[in-house]
Amino acid sequence: MTTTTTGPAAASPSPEAPVRDRADVRRQVRLVITFGLVLAALVVFALLIEDPKFTYLLGEKRTAEFTPKDANATVISWGAVVVAAIALVLAVLDRFPRGWKGALLGILVGLAFYAGFLMWAYTDQGEGGFQAFIANPIPGTIRIATPLVLGALAGCLCERAGVINIAIEAQFLSGAFFASVFSSIAYSSLVFIPVALCAVFGLLGGVLAGVLIAAMLGWFALRYRVNQVVLGVVLVAFATGLTSFLLGQIPSDHKETLNDPQVLEKIEIPVLADIPVVGDALFNQTLLVYLMYASVALVTFLLFQTRWGLRVRAVGEHPKAADTVGIQVNRVRWQAVLLGGVFAGLGGAYYTVGSTGAFDREVSAGTGFIALAAVIMGRWHPVGATFAAVFFGFMWNLQNQLSFVQPVPGELLGAAPYLATIIAVAGFVGRVRPPAADGEPYVKG
Amino acid sequence: MSETPKDPLGPGAPDSGVQGQGTTTQGAVPAGKKDAGRNGAGRDRDLTSWLPTVVDSIAAVVLALLVGALLIMFSTPRVVESLSYFFSYPWDFFKFSGEAVWDGYRALISGSVGSGTAWTRTLERAAPLICAGLGVSLAFRAGMFNIGAQGQILLGALVGGFIGFHYDLPPGIHLLAALLGALVAGAAWGAIAGILKARTGAHEVITTIMLNYVGRFTMLYFLGKEALQRPDSDNLLSPPVDDSAAFPTIAGVHVGVLLAVVAALFVWWLLERSTLGFEMRAVGANPDAARTAGMSVARVYVSAMALAGMLAGLAATMTVLGRQDSLTDQVAGTVGFDAITVALLGRTTPLGTVLAGLLFGALSAGGLSMQGAAGVPPELTQVLQALIVLFVAAPALVRGIFRLRGQGRKADVMATGW
Repeated sequence: MTTTTTGPAAASPSPEAPVRDRADVRRQVRLVITFGLVLAALVVFALLIEDPKFTYLLGEKRTAEFTPKDANATVISWGAVVVAAIALVLAVLDRFPRGWKGALLGILVGLAFYAGFLMWAYTDQGEGGFQAFIANPIPGTIRIATPLVLGALAGCLCERAGVINIAIEAQFLSGAFFASVFSSIAYSSLVFIPVALCAVFGLLGGVLAGVLIAAMLGWFALRYRVNQVVLGVVLVAFATGLTSFLLGQIPSDHKETLNDPQVLEKIEIPVLADIPVVGDALFNQTLLVYLMYASVALVTFLLFQTRWGLRVRAVGEHPKAADTVGIQVNRVRWQAVLLGGVFAGLGGAYYTVGSTGAFDREVSAGTGFIALAAVIMGRWHPVGATFAAVFFGFMWNLQNQLSFVQPVPGELLGAAPYLATIIAVAGFVGRVRPPAADGEPYVKG
Repeated sequence: MSETPKDPLGPGAPDSGVQGQGTTTQGAVPAGKKDAGRNGAGRDRDLTSWLPTVVDSIAAVVLALLVGALLIMFSTPRVVESLSYFFSYPWDFFKFSGEAVWDGYRALISGSVGSGTAWTRTLERAAPLICAGLGVSLAFRAGMFNIGAQGQILLGALVGGFIGFHYDLPPGIHLLAALLGALVAGAAWGAIAGILKARTGAHEVITTIMLNYVGRFTMLYFLGKEALQRPDSDNLLSPPVDDSAAFPTIAGVHVGVLLAVVAALFVWWLLERSTLGFEMRAVGANPDAARTAGMSVARVYVSAMALAGMLAGLAATMTVLGRQDSLTDQVAGTVGFDAITVALLGRTTPLGTVLAGLLFGALSAGGLSMQGAAGVPPELTQVLQALIVLFVAAPALVRGIFRLRGQGRKADVMATGW
C-alpha cells in the first residue's frame, strides 16, 4: 500500500519515475500469466468446437413449457476470447485497474472463462441420444452453499472472538441428527404441532444440538483452557461416533417415529420470485435458505456495527486490552461461541429437514471442514467467508452438472472443486492474518 | 490451576510455543543452533515430573470408560427394559447393566491384549496410526496443522501398491522399491501443501483438506485403469501386492510394525538432535523470530510437510504391504483422521504418539471383539477414543472429578492453531 504507482514506467521518462517495487512487478507477472493461460485455454476451446449448436434452459428442471432452447456457441466463445485478450493486453501494459474496478474485471474474465468452457463442454455432443443442456447454475449452488455459509458464519463468530472452531463438522452432524429426530417426533407424537410446523420444530432441534456442541466447546476451551485445536478435532470424532451410535440405537420398527422427518417446504416470495432467471432460484426456497440470507446480514451487522461486535473483535485481537477497559473477556467469548452454535446447528439441519429427510451416518460428509476452509479463505470476515462458500458451492454444482456431459474424466471432474479452491487460495487469497488472539485462552491477571 | 503461565514469548507470538514433554524450547531461538539439542534439554526437570501426567492420563481413561459404560448400558435392550420396572424391582437393572458392562469391557480387553492373535491385531492396527500420527506431530512441531494425512496415505498406498503388484522383482528389492515408492509419493503429496504455504502463503489447513479429496479422486482415477484392476472382480479393486513385496512376518506380526518404532526413533532424533529439527521447533514457536535468526522458514515448511507426508506414506505401507490389502478408495480407512487425534493425545511427542497409537490400536481391535462377543455397537470405540483425548486434554476437569490432589501438570500449549 506504500507505493504510488499510477501509470506505466514508459509514460513518464522524467527522473522521478513512479516507484515500482517488487510487489507490483510480482502482481503484474501473476496477472499476465493468469490471463495468458485463460486466453490460451479459451482459444483452444473455441477452436475445438465443430458444431456450434447447444441447448440451454434457464429454469432448473425440464417441464412441458420449459424446454431447452437452441443457441449458437460461436459468438459466445469468441466473445470470451476477446474479453480475456483485453484483460491480457491491459495487464501487459500494466494498465490493469486496481480496487473494485480490477475486481470487477477479474470477475468478468472469470465469467468469460466459464462461458467459453461451457460452450466447449456442451457443443459437439453428437446426434441422437440424450442431449445435455446448459442448466441454470444458481439453484444447485444455493443448495450446496447454504449449509457451508451457515457453518462458515459460525466459524467467523467464534474465531473473531478468539476461539478456534474446528468443530463445525461436529455441529453439522449433531444438528442434522437432532433436527431429524425433533421433526420426526413432532410429526408422529406431538399432535398439537401442526404438520406444516414440524420441520420448523426440527430446525429448533438442530439449533439446540449446535448450541450444545458449542457449549462443550466453550466449556472445555474457556473453563478448562483445553487446546482448541485438540478440542475441535476431538469434538468432531465425538459427534461422529455419537450420532452413528444413536442412529444405530433407533430400532428399525421405530424409524418412522424417530428418523423420518418432515422436510421444509418451499416458500415463494411474491414479487421477487418473478424476476427472470434468478428469481425462482433465489426466492422460491425453503425457510432455511432465507434464514441463511438473513444470517449473513445479521452476523456482518453484529460484528461490525454494534458495540457487542466491537467487543467480540477486541477480545479476539487483544483480550488483555479489552479486559483493561472493563470488557469481560470470557463472557463475550461465551456469547460468540454459543451464537455461532445457532448458525452451525441450522447449517446441520439443512442436511436432514432442509433437503433429503432422514439422517444417515456422516450425512454432512466432511463439509464442516470445507466451511472451516471458507472461513480462512474469506479472511475471517462473514461476507468473505460467504463468497468463499458460494464459490465452492458453484464449483461443486458445476461438477455435478458436467457429469452429464463427460467432456473430461469423471474423477478429474470430481476433484475440480477442490483443485479450484487450492488454486483460488494459492493464487488469489494468499497469506491471511487470523485474529491475533485466536486459540489463546485468556487468563486474567 | 489459576496460574497457568503466560508464554514468555509474549504477545508478539500468537503460536505460543511448541513445548513438548521433554524439551524447553521457550525462547530458545536466539540460542546457539548446533548445541541446543545437547544442551541439557530436559535434564533440569524433576525426575518424578512424569508422575502427575501418568496419573492424569489414567484418570482420563477411567473417566472415559465410565461414560462408555453408561453408553453400553443404554445400548443393551435388557437394561432399558428393566428400567420400566426400576422402582418395583431395581435389582434387575443393576444386575443387567453390570453384566452388560462387564461383558463389553471383558471382550474389549481380551480382544486387544488377551491372546496372541489379539496382540497381533492390536499391533497391526496401531502401526499405521503411529506412523501417520508421527507425521501429524512433526508438522505440529513446525507450527503447521496437517489435516492431510488421509490424502498422503492414499497416494502412498497407490504408488507403493502399484509397484507391489505390477512389477516382477526379486524379493528383497521388490519390497524396498514398493516401500520407497510409497514414501516418495506420500512425501510429494505432503510437500505440495508445504510449497504452497511457503511460496504463496496458502493456509495449510485449506490446502491439506482439499488435497485429501483430490487424493481420493486421484486414487479413483487410477483404479479405473486396466493395469490396476483385479481380473476377477467387477468392483474398483486392485490385486493385492505380490508376496515378494510384502513385509515378512515374525511370530505372526509383520515387520512393518518394527518400522513404526524405527520411525518414532527417527522423529525423536530429528526433532531433538538435528539442526533441521531445531529449526522446525523454532519456526513452530515463532516464525518471525526464526526468520530473524537467519533460518529459512520456507525450507522448514516444505521439509516438515514432506517428512510428514513421508510418514503418512509409511503408514500406507502398513496396510498395503503389511496386511496385503487391495487398493480401493477406502484403503486408508479413517487412519488419516485418527492420526490427528493420536498425535494430539500423544502431545505431539514421538513417545507419546507411540503410546497413544498403541492405545487406539488396542481400542480398535478390542472394539471389534466387543461387537462380536457382547453386541456393543462399534461406534462406541470412536466415542471412547474421543472422550479419552478430551479428558486427557482437560486435566483440571479430571482432577476435579476424582478429587486428586496436587498441582498436576500445567496446561501445555501445542501449536495453537493458525
